Amino acid sequence: MSVNIVLCGVGGQGTVLASKLTAAAAMKKGIAVKSAETIGMAQRGGSVFSHLRVGEDALTPMIKSGEADLIIGFEPAETVRMMPFLRKGGAVITSDRPVMPVTAALKGSDYSGAEMVDYLRQLEAKGDISRLVIVDTEKASMDVGSPKAVNMILLGAAARAGMLGEISIEDIREAMIAKVKPQFVEMNNKALEYVEI
Amino acid sequence: MITKFLMGNEAIALGAMAAGVNLVSGYPGTPSTEVLETIAKENDGSIYVEWSVNEKAGLEVAAGASYSGARTMVTMKQVGLNVASDPLMSLEYVGIKGGMVIMVADDPGPISSQTEQDTRTFAQFSKVPCFDPTSAQEAYDMIQEAFEYSEKYGTPVFFRPTTRVCHAYASVEIKDEFDYYVNIPEGFVKDSSRWVIFPRLSNINHAKIEKRNMELADDFSSYSRNAIIKGSGLTKAIATHGISFAHTAETLTKLEKKPDVLKVATPFPFPEKLALEFLQGKDEVLCIEELDPVIERALLVVAGKYNLNVKIRGKLDQTIQLSGENSRDSIDADIRYFLGLYMQDLELPNTPELPVRPPVLCAGCPHRASFYAVKKAMKGQESLFAGDIGCYTLGNAMPLDMVDTCLCMGAGVNITQGVGRVKPDTKCFAFVGDSTFFASAITGVVNAVYNQAEMTLVVLDNSTTAMTGHQPHPGTGKTMMGDFTQKLDIEQVLRGCGVEVVEHVNPLELDNAVDTVKKVANMPGVKAIIFESPCCVLFKPEKPYSVCGEKCIDCRKCIKEIGCPGLVVMDGKVTVDESLCNGCGLCAQICPTKAIEKK
Repeated sequence: MSVNIVLCGVGGQGTVLASKLTAAAAMKKGIAVKSAETIGMAQRGGSVFSHLRVGEDALTPMIKSGEADLIIGFEPAETVRMMPFLRKGGAVITSDRPVMPVTAALKGSDYSGAEMVDYLRQLEAKGDISRLVIVDTEKASMDVGSPKAVNMILLGAAARAGMLGEISIEDIREAMIAKVKPQFVEMNNKALEYVEI
Repeated sequence: MITKFLMGNEAIALGAMAAGVNLVSGYPGTPSTEVLETIAKENDGSIYVEWSVNEKAGLEVAAGASYSGARTMVTMKQVGLNVASDPLMSLEYVGIKGGMVIMVADDPGPISSQTEQDTRTFAQFSKVPCFDPTSAQEAYDMIQEAFEYSEKYGTPVFFRPTTRVCHAYASVEIKDEFDYYVNIPEGFVKDSSRWVIFPRLSNINHAKIEKRNMELADDFSSYSRNAIIKGSGLTKAIATHGISFAHTAETLTKLEKKPDVLKVATPFPFPEKLALEFLQGKDEVLCIEELDPVIERALLVVAGKYNLNVKIRGKLDQTIQLSGENSRDSIDADIRYFLGLYMQDLELPNTPELPVRPPVLCAGCPHRASFYAVKKAMKGQESLFAGDIGCYTLGNAMPLDMVDTCLCMGAGVNITQGVGRVKPDTKCFAFVGDSTFFASAITGVVNAVYNQAEMTLVVLDNSTTAMTGHQPHPGTGKTMMGDFTQKLDIEQVLRGCGVEVVEHVNPLELDNAVDTVKKVANMPGVKAIIFESPCCVLFKPEKPYSVCGEKCIDCRKCIKEIGCPGLVVMDGKVTVDESLCNGCGLCAQICPTKAIEKK
């Protein structure tokens, strides 16, 4: 059975890189991967999501509603936007840090991300989400030393929680080391280990 | 053979290289861009690769090389094909020598395009054979076969993946380099009876092309990628293509009784014999297609021609959605409905209200400053702001609201002339990016000067082709072969076209920019302002700004006037999101109390 993962966020957050890294880790183990990205028109700031299917039996890169085993969200509202994809009893790892869209700022909206996190907690209480990990990425970024490490923080948590199927934290680490510049390895290692699981 | 995790577009590029492509040209356009970029990146120097000034130029360059025996590929998105259609329509009559693949990426949705046009329909119109892959792996293999068919039949061929093939990644088996085909072009051999199009030649060749396409239809009936995938012997069946085939296959794995599936890899010329075999013994066929009902119409023709009693369903009877992208969900529902299967209602969670997140100009984008300067300068005056194709189309969003029209590449400069002819007292501005300027706005400028129009051309020069991912263009001084070359100077081009007033201004110096616009807008004739400031994505950001809580009077002018994503409201106060701010300083120049300061 393939493991179906939806990664989502706002353009510029590193969603696509996280997806590629996971795929590289799977490939290294000889597991077939398919993925598809929806990146939209803007260089930054739009909704971005990636479907990732790890396993031989996926025939298409796209995931159907109710088919995702895991959602990794870089922004709380984007995580909620992708919830229709999650299967009943799937897992969610999300940042709680909102990225306020210009349209919301203009309307004087009080969107803070908290309402999204509350909603996810309700779903967890109902059993629709089997495991919910909410990461204070604002604090995490400061502790790790870079706002660019959010993707590693979330990915590391997912791997260590055993949510990536056969892909282990060591597989992700290896893929990360192969991808990033040597001077950033230490920081990214810290990020991978950051969330207590 | 080696297995690599490749994007569909990378697979297409490597496939073309394995087929011994000698020359690749094209113009950037989502979702096609990465094909040419990958070839440029993987190139050891033996392949000539260029970003052409536009798709027409690209196709003509490739045609010339193909006349000379080179294997060539030209890449573009579907609307780019409209630009290249003039040479293409004639080229089909003339024919080619070295295999020539026209790689046109279609964009159902559309996700990032003006139209939902279908290159398969263009193939029928232009009589150019068309290949339609279903996955990255098939794209890799199929493009090599496309070169062979092209050479065998002396015709350019279309290769038309859609977004979900182009931008999907998969583990793809590829050839080792020593297995690559090597094509050594012999060079152009003069033969005016072959290469010079004249009515007489067109007349002779037209008949040949029609006959050839009939032969090719037969040939395609035994082409292995056109296939009937046998099911459980149902009288209901499915015909499909592209990514819809992959989605269909996934749904069918979950069904006990499976219908036969006709997979159409070459929508034109349509593999009629294979389709006839497929239709035998069927009562009803569902055609699952994106964009136009090409297979559906072709099957209706076959059913009519051979007097078959079979109901062909799809878009024409509105069984399948008429427009937009087919999703896993839509196809699953379509198939279950067609087969009369029980469908479980999806229990959609009752979500809280989600903030909409339309595409926006980046924080620190110089286009925001340019638009704002013109808006301020023209406040209270009857003005028209014609936009164009590029990141700056996003200047239409509130609060800037500075794009009144957008049609196609380079249209804005001519649209302003038309608007001005009807109401001469309207101050008309045409905004165009540097890449679009070179691609297709220069003729518009010549038209304006020659016909004595009254307009201001605003060139938004950010020194790159930003929207498609920062490709070089004639103004950047870099080529896809890695060479440094002469930079074409926009001012000199404009002066050469007869524009006498050409002002340069940095849009991030707001007051100066506003004054320049006011001055130039009131001058007669055709004049130009070049707003120069590089794309903010390409440079390390400056130190971010911050809002001084004591000075801020919470008027929110900064947010209301420029709508920068870096300005947010946190706990009821305007704050700079430091992870987004790139320190452009536009907001600081707007703040009435000077509360926004550099850190």
